[in-house]
Amino acid sequence: MAAEQFDPNESKYAASARAFRDNVSRDLGNDELRDNFRGAMDYLMDKRTKAFVDGDELETLREQCKLIKQRCLLKLPHLLEQLEENLQANGIQVHWAETITDANDIIAQLITEKNGKTVVKGKSMVSEETALNDYLEERDIECLESDMGEYIVQLANEHPSHIIMPAIHQNKKQVADLFADNIEGFKHTTDVDALIGEGRRVLREKFCNADVGITGVNFAVAETGTLCLVENEGNGRMCTTVPDLHIAITGIEKVVEFLDDVPPLLSLLTRSATGQLISTYFNMISHPRQNDEKDGPQEVHLVLLDNGRSQAFADEELRQTLQCIRCGACMNHCPVYTRIGGHAYGTVYPGPIGKIISPHMLGLEATNNLPTASSLCGACGEVCPVKIPIPKLLLRLRKESVKPANDETTVMKGEGSGRKKIEAVIWQGWSLMHKYALIYNTSMWFATRLRKLMPKKVGVWTSVRTAPKLAPKTLHEKIKARNKTRSAQQQNTIATQNIGGK
Amino acid sequence: MSTLNTQHLRNYPAKPAQVYLYGTCLADSLFPDSGIDAIEFLEQQGVEVIYPQGQTCCGQPAYNSGYQDEAKAVALAQVAQFPKNIPIVIISGSCGGMMRHHYPDLLKDEAGITEFCDRIFEFTEFLVHVLKIKLDDKGEPEKVALHTSCAARREMGVHITGRALIDQLDNVELINHNYESECCGFGGTFSVKHGDISGAMVKDKTKNLVNADVVRFISADWGCMMNINGALEYQKQSLRGEHIASYLLKRTQNHASEQGE
Ligand code: SF4
Repeated sequence: MAAEQFDPNESKYAASARAFRDNVSRDLGNDELRDNFRGAMDYLMDKRTKAFVDGDELETLREQCKLIKQRCLLKLPHLLEQLEENLQANGIQVHWAETITDANDIIAQLITEKNGKTVVKGKSMVSEETALNDYLEERDIECLESDMGEYIVQLANEHPSHIIMPAIHQNKKQVADLFADNIEGFKHTTDVDALIGEGRRVLREKFCNADVGITGVNFAVAETGTLCLVENEGNGRMCTTVPDLHIAITGIEKVVEFLDDVPPLLSLLTRSATGQLISTYFNMISHPRQNDEKDGPQEVHLVLLDNGRSQAFADEELRQTLQCIRCGACMNHCPVYTRIGGHAYGTVYPGPIGKIISPHMLGLEATNNLPTASSLCGACGEVCPVKIPIPKLLLRLRKESVKPANDETTVMKGEGSGRKKIEAVIWQGWSLMHKYALIYNTSMWFATRLRKLMPKKVGVWTSVRTAPKLAPKTLHEKIKARNKTRSAQQQNTIATQNIGGK
Repeated sequence: MSTLNTQHLRNYPAKPAQVYLYGTCLADSLFPDSGIDAIEFLEQQGVEVIYPQGQTCCGQPAYNSGYQDEAKAVALAQVAQFPKNIPIVIISGSCGGMMRHHYPDLLKDEAGITEFCDRIFEFTEFLVHVLKIKLDDKGEPEKVALHTSCAARREMGVHITGRALIDQLDNVELINHNYESECCGFGGTFSVKHGDISGAMVKDKTKNLVNADVVRFISADWGCMMNINGALEYQKQSLRGEHIASYLLKRTQNHASEQGE
């Protein structure tokens, strides 16, 4: 295997995740980008709403799918073994990769063994996770993205900004400019159909001549040894049928137990993602080309990647992260994602799911800005088709991030790395003050009396808002005073009544 | 349109003679009058209000920052302030969410915590579901918008009860604004830690509220309102938010709803 093990802390994604704050200021200030996202997210939210006309059906289906995923995760080790066994029985070879380097090495070796020089890829976020394109390029293997969005992103030398729609941050004018710069003979147009037609033309040529096809997997069925692939453009099917070698790569959490588990998950996936009742293509791959078949690859391989997933798996609460079916609905509904866009996160998976999965992949050292970059508004948890309690997991990651050094339980790589001494002392003081009413009330008494001395500027708060103003008297005091006058009044009335009665 | 989560459905008790009021730390130091208004309004409904002087803060700021041990100490101190088995009415949706939906986790080892959490009611929820209130509107005609905190909306489902109350006011027209369910960008320490993102969110929220062309907006959460009002004041807009307790008291002043009962 790998000569030198890859350190996730050194990956390009770890570095860019660490630069989160800089990325945010860069992208927040880009009005065109903000408009692109707002428009796209509004459109997607609307499509999703229209795909779920019956709220009760949606709730029932979400509950069912959550239970399916939880059952499969509970049996994960067993199901993975069963999957391997059944895939092998079907003639599909299985490889295990603990790290992204392992995965890349396995794939590179498979390609080199076949003397492969050109690869066409279907959309696969896991291969983004391993930065496979860069890795293969270094070994002189040409790797072409064949999903239209991925193709655009690849031309622009960027990575996807959304897990379903990789190029959603670009508008048609930007795509037209990109094509003009990169495709010979392209006649500049902003007509969307013409743009797609042009992309297709380029890709078609490549499909016919590629040595290898690489794709992701949406569901891997343990019971039957089947790989399921959801797509809309037909490029996935080309990648899995035309070249002689097909390599699929997926995270270990994508395994489901039964074939029957797939239909409800698929129904939620496409509707949550793009508002489609069903996708244009749904591929089920159960074996390489058989003797009597005219097409299909001679060899099919599956690479199963861990890359931090077993860390999430080990903790019952954090395990829920792995329920994700990568529909992207959480990002479409996230007010933070809408404002800053996918690239600002710096990670492969942006948005709410990125905030809870990336810390397992890259460690909390590189990612401890991500869980705090949420107002905990709960929109993500509300739409997640498999009911991942994302806000709750964010709270949990915040807790792991600021864990004190003397805490002996170990849960995550990089835990405690977000702890700042001064912040910890402030919270301890805060806790003390609010634990003892006497201290609290005395401090408030002084604060309200000295309110004139309060600063007019309080950090970033006052860059868009005025400073909050303390009241002259606290509610505690006002109520005390009110109760006093009232009992005095009551005494008076009683006294008057008594006098009147005599 | 039934997207209501099942967690929003609960068994409501009959109208009690007494309740506790939970004032919250923000109302205590910044907006005490809304607490007094809430008490007065509840008293007009024939409910006696007890305000334990030992209450401070629900613990949410530390909890949301990951300092759960520190939050726990504060939460436990709150629980001890409310010994009687009567409802605890909270005039802030997100603090209500904290005490009702996060205490069970934070204080899971404490005896009687479920019973305590069951006694937590957000102000509008209490008026609609427990008091089954009928409001008699005495105010002039006007148009208002409603802002519910995200916690109130998604954890407590009380955007519905806030709306139901305003709908009872005959002379008040409730205007929907764009992106009504979207977060205002407060999120406690989020607004300080990630001030630039929070700032972009509150700018959009104020824009949409101003565009709704209303004279005021109503909210049952001082966290959001401090954020939105602060931004409106900074922009020198005339629009402001008002706490629903103060608003209801003003609209129904001297006309207790029970008179006809
Ligand atoms: S976390 Fe939920 S909403 Fe987000 S991508 Fe995964 S399944 Fe979809």
